Amino acid sequence: MSNWLILASEAATASYESGPSKNTLYLFIFLLASFVGMDVIRKVSPLLHTPLMSLTNAISAISIVGAIVVCGSAHYREKGTLGMWLGAIALFAAMTNIVSGFLITDRMLKMFKKREAVKP
Amino acid sequence: MTSVIYFIYLVAAALFVLSLKWMNTPTTARRGVIAGVVAMAASIVGTMILPDVQHYRAILIAMILGAGLGIPLAMVPLTAVPQRTALSHAFGALAAAAVGAAKFFLLTSEQLTPFITTAIVFEVVLGGLTLTGSVMAALKLMEKWVPTRPVTYANQKVVNFGVIGLVVVMSIFLIVRNDNTMLSSILFMAVLVLSLVWGVLLILPIGGADMPTVISILNSFAGLSAVAMGFVLDIPLLIVAGALDGSSGFILSIIMCRAMNRSFTNVLFGAFGQVQTAAAAGEQKTYRSATPEEAASILDSAGSVVVVPGYGMAVAQAQHKVRELYDSLTKRGIDVKFAIHPVAGRMPGHMNVLLAEADIPYDKLIEMDEINPEMPQTDVALIIGANDVTNPAARTDKSSPIYGMPIIDVDKARNVMVVKRSMNPGFAGIDNELYYLPRTMMLFGDAKGFVGDIVKELAHAGH
Repeated sequence: MSNWLILASEAATASYESGPSKNTLYLFIFLLASFVGMDVIRKVSPLLHTPLMSLTNAISAISIVGAIVVCGSAHYREKGTLGMWLGAIALFAAMTNIVSGFLITDRMLKMFKKREAVKP
Repeated sequence: MTSVIYFIYLVAAALFVLSLKWMNTPTTARRGVIAGVVAMAASIVGTMILPDVQHYRAILIAMILGAGLGIPLAMVPLTAVPQRTALSHAFGALAAAAVGAAKFFLLTSEQLTPFITTAIVFEVVLGGLTLTGSVMAALKLMEKWVPTRPVTYANQKVVNFGVIGLVVVMSIFLIVRNDNTMLSSILFMAVLVLSLVWGVLLILPIGGADMPTVISILNSFAGLSAVAMGFVLDIPLLIVAGALDGSSGFILSIIMCRAMNRSFTNVLFGAFGQVQTAAAAGEQKTYRSATPEEAASILDSAGSVVVVPGYGMAVAQAQHKVRELYDSLTKRGIDVKFAIHPVAGRMPGHMNVLLAEADIPYDKLIEMDEINPEMPQTDVALIIGANDVTNPAARTDKSSPIYGMPIIDVDKARNVMVVKRSMNPGFAGIDNELYYLPRTMMLFGDAKGFVGDIVKELAHAGH
């Protein structure tokens, strides 16, 4: 186990120093985030699986960040409007998910009530 | 400036993880939504002030239009949540595919390293197939244009694997070439188009009852395409958020597969529910049917009742009548619980949301594994619109297609009542021997109407 850790940290530092393999670092981030994700999701009550899916959907619409970069980039605009159009399509789609995802999740969660049983 | 933005991204990533963590119980779940909204808003504002982002008009117009569509999509009735979810996966995939395509054409050939090209190809292939696949799933769920039953044709597997093979081979060519010359651009467009075709072909042979698994898998794909976008754009925040979505879909699909005792491959390529098992037509088995009045009197004298809801309850919009029944029985001091099978309905957790909407307290919604030990002490098991998840053949009959699937042990209850429109077999086309047990009563009729009639009878009976 500790061997693996040493290997992992060496790989991480090596890739950092040699520049281009920050991609390796990104793969590490992906790996760790996936493990965190699986661990956290496994603990979510099955009661909430539907709202969970709409919430993660809204969260993955963080791709709006990429859409903004492509759509509004001064650098790409010099090459024409292709980036603007594709970026705008992506922005539209991501924004739809953000708004509807968070709203419907909250709407569903409001319905989950722990209420006393009706008195006779 | 950029370091401030990266700090914002870091905080946002942490908030996204917390947001999912708070989803673990209903008491903290709404806090999770707030954390998500704050993180999202901060990331958007942070990105807007990046030095290279200078053209705001298109950004604002697209955002306003997106928000304009998002609001009505959030207001759909809860029975339509599965198709809304499928559509939202399509939107997520569209965003990924569009950004991926933009990057491919706008980067210089030097910037298109093999690594970046690989990420772009992943982004576009996953985005493309999830886009059309999710639209198909949504159409199947809406029962529009595309048949809900599995669609099969001769040589289907050959066609499917042919398309997949072409996508893989052309993607490898793109990665090896790693440039965007004319030839590569044509290849790229071909990969994009074939991925769209792949999505359609993938979903065609999958039936409605497998939708909980399919939606989860598409959810995972949509997340992974966001991860690929993070690699392409050099933004770790996208990798983290995409990985959270991807692993969420992955875990949910494992839970769904396990709840059906099936494998991913079997769900995706099995065309389950397509073959109509020719039930032994010769022997006429006898069953017992009952009126709302008889059902009401048995319920009235019961001490404990377990309701087993299924997709049929959602179709008949019977959840509010079910809640009236719940109230009326609870008032008599009868213990009423709901047994929720993981794949009941058309998406993970579908039944819980419908019953919560009908104001049934969530501590009465019990998971399959917790309710099963209580079934032998239960006076009445009332099945509303569920079929295969109650079929004892899954436990006993090795030749049954659903053998090995975990079920709710309704047959162990002292009395069984089944609200059903007719004796027709369920989605999987399998006869349910539960209906012929001596202790079973068939309550024929529309779920909403029949449950309503029981409630009326109970009201007449006094109290």
